[in-house]
Amino acid sequence: MAGPKYPDFDTLALHAGQSPDPATGSRAVPIYQTTSYVFRDTEHAASLFNMERAGHVYSRISNPTVAVLEERVAALEGGVGAIATASGQAALHLAVATLMGAGDHVVASGSLYGGSHNLLGYTLRRFGIGTTFVDPRDLDGWKKAIRPNTRLLFGETLGNPGLDVLDVPAVAAIAHDAKVPLLVDATFTTPYLMNHFGLGADLLYHSATKFLGGHGVAIGGVLVDSGRFDWEASGRFATLTAPYEGFHGMDFEEESGTRAFLLRARREGLRDFGACMAPMTAFQILQGIETLHVRMPRHVENTRAVVAFLAKHPQVEKVVYPELESHPDHALARRLLPKGAGAVFSFEIKGGRPAGRKFIESLRVFSHLANVGDAKSLVIHPATTTHYRMSDADLVKSGITAGTVRLSIGLESGADLIEDLDRALNVAAKQAAAKP
Amino acid sequence: MDLAVDGRRAFCYTASHAFDPGKPTLVFVHGAGLEHSAFGLQSRYFGYHGRNVLAVDLPGHGRSEGPPLPTIGAMADWLFGVLDAQEIAAASIVGHSMGALVALEAANRRPERVERIACIGVAYPMKVSEAFLEAARKNEQTAFDMETIWGHAPQVPLGGNPNPGMWMYGDTLARLARLAPGVLHGDLKACNDYASDFAGVKCPVLFILGKRDLMTPPRAAAALTQKLPNAQVEVVELSGHSLMAEAPDDTLDALVGFFSEIRTDRPGR
Repeated sequence: MAGPKYPDFDTLALHAGQSPDPATGSRAVPIYQTTSYVFRDTEHAASLFNMERAGHVYSRISNPTVAVLEERVAALEGGVGAIATASGQAALHLAVATLMGAGDHVVASGSLYGGSHNLLGYTLRRFGIGTTFVDPRDLDGWKKAIRPNTRLLFGETLGNPGLDVLDVPAVAAIAHDAKVPLLVDATFTTPYLMNHFGLGADLLYHSATKFLGGHGVAIGGVLVDSGRFDWEASGRFATLTAPYEGFHGMDFEEESGTRAFLLRARREGLRDFGACMAPMTAFQILQGIETLHVRMPRHVENTRAVVAFLAKHPQVEKVVYPELESHPDHALARRLLPKGAGAVFSFEIKGGRPAGRKFIESLRVFSHLANVGDAKSLVIHPATTTHYRMSDADLVKSGITAGTVRLSIGLESGADLIEDLDRALNVAAKQAAAKP
Repeated sequence: MDLAVDGRRAFCYTASHAFDPGKPTLVFVHGAGLEHSAFGLQSRYFGYHGRNVLAVDLPGHGRSEGPPLPTIGAMADWLFGVLDAQEIAAASIVGHSMGALVALEAANRRPERVERIACIGVAYPMKVSEAFLEAARKNEQTAFDMETIWGHAPQVPLGGNPNPGMWMYGDTLARLARLAPGVLHGDLKACNDYASDFAGVKCPVLFILGKRDLMTPPRAAAALTQKLPNAQVEVVELSGHSLMAEAPDDTLDALVGFFSEIRTDRPGR
């Protein structure tokens, strides 16, 4: 008998979760565009509803095409399973709602995507779930923010907007000492760039809209469980370890052990909140995942070239990218992100808002829009778009300046990207010189 | 449900049902390094279909207190301790892999207390390679990798899981990660060392075997199935060793057919 070997990442990206369709032989993942599934008989129906048999009942709960995506992402992340959701925000909400209720508490990194900050800081607070935001680099801050009612630590593997690298092993250790799990938003790192569960995270999610899908055509999220957190031993998670009246008195941990979190998230969260993924969306995201291992190295290669160019450009005040020695998390990035620190970063253009506006309007290859992780290169100038109402002083409080420009580097020719940036920077410089 | 066996906590999953002395009892015994939820779908089914279900966590596994038991015989005796704790005179047993050896040995030792047994993914002798045993003894990750990869059919990492959204390799690795050091080695050694003439096994025995099983291929069970006087064999075409996860419906259908021959109105004690 040969020694054991797991399929490589590249193979899993193409195959995990799907065998050729047994009904038709279809090699591509079929799009099961159906709401529901015919039962063999009444006994079969009852068994499916009562979780005595595996299978699909209604596409809000599970769907064969969506299940391929879920299993594939779980395989790439090394989790026990996954649940695909309508968006990355839906995945975050599903995770929180599965673990806690009114009166419970989250400790979160303060360097979050704005939508996540809004959900935790404002919306969930209205439902009785409080959040304390901490500086992600301040490990003592994480510890001190934990309360008896804390149920979750949460951060982005690469934070917004300063690309703070989350010290996943250290924050996971803090979480585990407090008997709570660590959830990470892994959107910017993808399973290709970081081994999230291997570093100690317990749960993760992706905005699959970004690098997983990779082509800017579909909104979706994926929530993945490592299966490593022992809910029973923690004693803090009644949603998973106490009988649940909403499902025949089921104790999810007793019922399914390592799968307890996903079981409740699917059987309650998708059932009741309903933020499921459509099969067509799952198909589109799967097309992206099939080339994730090919695209990510090119994203990183182009990013490094652009970063090197910008770092020397006279019109650039500074570049914020963890691979630069000037970044405060440079050493951590080398340790946790050996394949690269992603393809989203920011730089500060000289000349403030007018220069930033002129720069954006002068670009030809980069697209000016509110997204990241596309195959095409993207740009946004927060001071004139997402943060345009803020004063310069308030921008600084948010970690950016009037000259901050965020780039998401795509798969075009690196030389063409640099030429585009160079030309736009020079136009902006002329404007700045003409209107001091 | 928690019982006390030999003065220690013994956990049994009951599918959220209170014990009913008017119903026959099915005991589920898991394989090496696993626990009761390996039978999640199947045990739940029987709990909702006229049976008392006792899906046990063997000592030192899951929620049951240790230490783990060193031999298949000791596990079989412990199982009778579970029946005693519930005052059950006789029961049927479903065992997977190591648990199937426990079921056979229980029927061999106390035939009057075992009505029927179903052996899922079993071979006899159940020899474990030196490399596997040694890696497990050292609690090396390689042992968990062997258990995971050889514990499933070769197509599993590239195929679809019947349980939507789940990744079987990841689930097995997560289960093994929760084990105390040495438990897997103890289980594998118990399987490797087990020997019996099965002279006492007279009850009906169902073998459910996976055609693509790398650990206990059907050919490795052939001598055993031919030796027992009252045996029947079902081979599941597309499954490997983890039949309850890889082919949950086929496994359940085989169990339902086999155990439907027991009258459900007959008291279990």
